[in-house]
Amino acid sequence: MDIFLQQIINGLVQGSIYALVALGYTMVYGIMGLINFAHGEVVMIGTLVTISVAGFMIKAGMPVMLAGMAGLTAAVLVCMALGWGLERIAYRPLRNAPRLTPLITAIGMSIVLQNVAMIIWGRNYLTFPPLLPKVDFEFAGANFTAVQVIIVAVSALTMGGLLFLVYRTKLGMAMRATSQNPAVASLMGVNINRVIAAAFIIGSALGVLAGIMVGTYYEIAHYQMGFMLGLKAFTAAVLGGIGNLAGAMLGGILLGLIEALGAGYIGDLTGGFLGSHYQDIFAFMVLIVVLMFKPSGLFGEKTGDRA
Amino acid sequence: MQAKLSVVALSIAAVFALGACGQKEEPKPVAAPAAPAAPAPKPEVTVKLGHVAPMTGPQAHLGKDNENGARLAIDELNAQGLEIGGAKVKFELIAEDDQADPKQGTIVAQKLVDAKVNGIIGHLNSGTTIPASKLYSDAGLPQISGSATNPTYTQQGFKTAFRVMANDVQQGKALGEFAAKQGAKSVAIVDDRTAYGQGLADEFKKSAEAAGLKVVATEYTNDKATDFKAILTKIKSKKDDLVFFGGMDAQGGPMAKQMKDLGIKAKFLGGDGVCTPEFMKLGGEATEGQYCSLPGMPLEKLAKGPEFKDKFVKKFNAEIQLYSPYVYDAVMVMADSMKRANSVDPVKYLAEVGKTSYDGVTAKISFDEFGDLKGGAISMYQYKGGKLEYVETIGGSPMDAVKAEVKEAVAEVKDAAKAVAGAATDAAKSAAGSATEAGKEAVKAGADAVKGAADATKAAVEKK
Repeated sequence: MDIFLQQIINGLVQGSIYALVALGYTMVYGIMGLINFAHGEVVMIGTLVTISVAGFMIKAGMPVMLAGMAGLTAAVLVCMALGWGLERIAYRPLRNAPRLTPLITAIGMSIVLQNVAMIIWGRNYLTFPPLLPKVDFEFAGANFTAVQVIIVAVSALTMGGLLFLVYRTKLGMAMRATSQNPAVASLMGVNINRVIAAAFIIGSALGVLAGIMVGTYYEIAHYQMGFMLGLKAFTAAVLGGIGNLAGAMLGGILLGLIEALGAGYIGDLTGGFLGSHYQDIFAFMVLIVVLMFKPSGLFGEKTGDRA
Repeated sequence: MQAKLSVVALSIAAVFALGACGQKEEPKPVAAPAAPAAPAPKPEVTVKLGHVAPMTGPQAHLGKDNENGARLAIDELNAQGLEIGGAKVKFELIAEDDQADPKQGTIVAQKLVDAKVNGIIGHLNSGTTIPASKLYSDAGLPQISGSATNPTYTQQGFKTAFRVMANDVQQGKALGEFAAKQGAKSVAIVDDRTAYGQGLADEFKKSAEAAGLKVVATEYTNDKATDFKAILTKIKSKKDDLVFFGGMDAQGGPMAKQMKDLGIKAKFLGGDGVCTPEFMKLGGEATEGQYCSLPGMPLEKLAKGPEFKDKFVKKFNAEIQLYSPYVYDAVMVMADSMKRANSVDPVKYLAEVGKTSYDGVTAKISFDEFGDLKGGAISMYQYKGGKLEYVETIGGSPMDAVKAEVKEAVAEVKDAAKAVAGAATDAAKSAAGSATEAGKEAVKAGADAVKGAADATKAAVEKK
């Protein structure tokens, strides 16, 4: 039982990380129907900027908390600018192009950002400075750390904040209007460019948060860390119904749990025929089954031509 | 529509161009100004050596390390001003990136074959080296890897495949024996499903079981993973006292750390892939006191080791990660073979590679009939205070470690080892051919021969 509980905790934390990243995907998709494949790279750059800034300040003798805050602030600013720049340079000129064009550009931007990061930060793995105190808990035989609790809490709070933003603020209303029909929204006096830029900026800031969580959890970072993370988060967003905020959250946690339980029990269930390296297959099979019966994802709205 | 199309084309072109730039951002010092030189007194030939390793992806740091090793060797060779076949030779390194991906490995291999290189140094990973070796063999290109340790590489019957490092049969065996000696009773094995990780884990398993250890769990991950909590949780429930990992440092480090987070008390043991400074950086204090193995002898204990280290650090302002000394030797062996054949033509110097007897940085290098390093030693290390501390050397003939007066004894051992290698490979061959009783007996005989030779080795070394 303690092992089962431990696997649930593992899955929950991993899932919360996926969810945080998935929120960035789903927000942009919800508004413009664009899959921003460079989002994983924004997460990566946020993490690496935090390492550079916080690491430098800790070395200069600043208190860890202060250095952490400074790192976070710097990373959020850099990535907001990056998100805005991505939209301005790579996506806005293609807004009326066929759907495939911005998708290819997004993949291209992802490669560009990876290589830029490789040039700036090098090929080696970087260690993330310990910004949060290490506290271990034990509960019914399962071990977990303060960092894990914080990750789950942060992703829940973030989603709450996003829901508030989208459904209770004027910007949110403009976002929903743009999502329904950009042309009509602009006739109603909504500045579409501003709304879309805001979506990218907010999505990027969330990405930084996710990156810092990943960094503190695994304590390492690398210029290619965003690729796999982005892919998994994208899967989570599709699983939950891309474009739906609650769906992204749920899809992320579900994916995390499936992976953890899959890796933990698939070997026993199949009598050793399939090993733990089939955990990804397990996760993707669930995705396929969900999409077969509900093509728009668990929480997705039926929108025919999208996705 | 036209305009749109051109935008697409442009953006795709830009992406490709930028991607390509990223891969080739290293300046190539010796490349361009070779051919149209001023009239020299002697004709000059350019010898192109292909070097392949992952320059991007999770193992990029090791790939860069390999390339630096090759570059150091090539710069030294060029400074020496070698003459082969009456012409002044200028070596040029053509570095390719295989992303540690077997598919990409064959693509760049074909590219190098088409570029008519004179020889191949690499690849880094066994998983890329093995499929690529077929292409090099078909093209008749000698290939020397400084780090591909999977036994299959040299057992495919290719005349062109060589390696300057002990293979995983030797390493797995040493690791298994070491684990038993440390008092481990039960072990969980994790591998990353690459040719290297899986091969090493399999050899370790054989050896560990032979030494009386119980394998209680076999789990898998991949060479891009960062989260191991799920499999580690499963391993925790088995309450074993050792976790063996067949894979690279980028996974091993975080794995060791996550073991600690989960409260797993078991020790961690790994092969050459995790025997790096990077592993300790990534694993933090969780690596303290754990063990790993490396083919060959520690650099500090080798005659030319410290000198190599100084040169390397001075030139690249970087720490040696792992395989760069071996890659350096691989280049030197290839150049040495060309010198002896008095030709840079792959067809002509290939035969000389097999006859190599070269006193390299990492070992005295000579090959058996398969292209494997003769008498490869395995050394065990412990992570202590952020440093790799040498523990002991298992097997092989530690040529450079023993002093001149035991040279004779060592030669004796080497002969014995040669005979053993022959017997063992015969045994392996017949066992592979048909799993008959005769094959099995041959294996047994081979094993006995190995045991005998090991005793002989011990006796010979003690004789000094």
